[in-house]
Amino acid sequence: MTFTTYMRYEALRTLRNRRFMILALGFPLVIYFLIATPNRNEQDIGGTGISAPLYLMVGLVAFGTMNAMLGSGARIAAERTAGWNRQLRITPLSPRTYFRTKVLTGYMLAAMTMALLYAAGTALGVRLSASEWFQMTVLLLVGLIPFAALGILFGHLLTPDSIGPAIGGLTAALSILGGVWFPVTGHGILHDVALALPSYWLVQAAHVGVGGSGWGATGWIVLAAWTVGAAYLARRAYARDTKRA
Amino acid sequence: MDGMVAATKTSPDGTGITLAGLTKTFAGEHGVVEAVRSIDVSIALGETVALLGPNGAGKSTTIDMLLGLQEPDDGAARLFGGEPRAAVAAGRVGAMLQTGQLIRDLTVRELISMVASLYPRPLAVDETIALTRIEEIADRRTQKLSGGETQRARFAIALVSNPDLLVLDEPTVAMDVESRRAFWATMRDFAARGSTILFATHYLEEADAYADRAVLMAHGRVVADGPPTEIKAMVGQRRIRATLPGVPLESLESLEGVTRAERRGESIVLACSDSDAAIRALLARFPGARDIEISGADLEDAFIELTGAEADA
Repeated sequence: MTFTTYMRYEALRTLRNRRFMILALGFPLVIYFLIATPNRNEQDIGGTGISAPLYLMVGLVAFGTMNAMLGSGARIAAERTAGWNRQLRITPLSPRTYFRTKVLTGYMLAAMTMALLYAAGTALGVRLSASEWFQMTVLLLVGLIPFAALGILFGHLLTPDSIGPAIGGLTAALSILGGVWFPVTGHGILHDVALALPSYWLVQAAHVGVGGSGWGATGWIVLAAWTVGAAYLARRAYARDTKRA
Repeated sequence: MDGMVAATKTSPDGTGITLAGLTKTFAGEHGVVEAVRSIDVSIALGETVALLGPNGAGKSTTIDMLLGLQEPDDGAARLFGGEPRAAVAAGRVGAMLQTGQLIRDLTVRELISMVASLYPRPLAVDETIALTRIEEIADRRTQKLSGGETQRARFAIALVSNPDLLVLDEPTVAMDVESRRAFWATMRDFAARGSTILFATHYLEEADAYADRAVLMAHGRVVADGPPTEIKAMVGQRRIRATLPGVPLESLESLEGVTRAERRGESIVLACSDSDAAIRALLARFPGARDIEISGADLEDAFIELTGAEADA
């Protein structure tokens, strides 16, 4: 049983799905260029002292990687509908290996999204120190863990028809509430809600690149709770999901 | 997993498959559906067995349970003396389910390699391709295959596991004549290796031609279990229909070649073990018979007749 062989084919078939790749990678990039290019000389966006290309880059990195991770749900839903899941169930593939493959494929797409947006940001004049790039990237990768579990969970609960709107709506809500587009300020109920969302902390991770301080204890606790909860539910959904399509 | 990866075709108690009191009930749209009603079947190692029955007989549900895809409500399925899941986890089972497509964006060869990587002792990919005679589609992407080609690729996926037990649920349903021939040729080659094979079918001819034994299911029960020739005699090979009012059934049943007679209004239906002899005898004795039709055995009708009374009980 060679995990690398299995993983290689899983990655290969994801990369070969041209439509999916173009949308997953192209969408954040296009939005970035559309918004950031006209504002490329804005050096102090909203009085924050941060340049527009940098602010938008980190926001879209959070948005794009979140989308990339949740996107594994859409692929899983399609595989289930094809009956492939039942086929896998009668192979020695362990749930552990199955999840590992799905998570790694999600990370592969997230990493590509990051690389493209970093390059786009650099092209529009973003300059960060090596340690800022590094810290931001590492925190983002960690912050994506709950999204990997959520993607798998949705993939096993929803159908291909419903998963598109579900992921689209969820990403939109999570990114607005999490502060991808506008900073989350104040101390109202919305602020409290935001603090309990994994997307808020993902954005905080990205904001290391704009001088943010990353996560305090709350961040780690929120992310751990989401990871444990979503992973538990995903595992259950996977175990239950043996019905004929 | 330890100790389970033994590459033997044996099992602790010497049995391949044991189904004991296996029962499954579903909540259907029109009340409760008793899909499988306490069936008992034992299949020895190396046997090729056909699970024969019309649609809705409970074949697929039985197969799902013996593969560990569904939990029985009562009774148990055991493979090689252990839990189905253990046999599956040990890579001893290869199966082709009734429904299912292939995942896209890989060639057939790549997909076979991907699945092979999950097994402890798979067949070589090229050997599998040769064995299943799919060389001409091996380098095609899975989404470009026709229905019959998809079935053949799925068969290759089941075989590459090099299983001790091969389970096939209605494997030939979507196949054209050519694919079917290639499929059965491969099955013969594979059976010769000593694996245990269970295939579900609703074609009596397939059971007759390729199985050592047929287990006949109807309405969730096993209604017959024996050599296919016996089953064939039971359900009658051909049927004669004719309009023939006023003739008692007993005199029809006494005709040569007729195994069972039935009346449907003005018409009679004769189940025949030898339809040639039966038609001659019928016309000799009852020249008034008209609107005569001779048809191949309709398994579904035959099963309902065989089991009708008890199924509705």
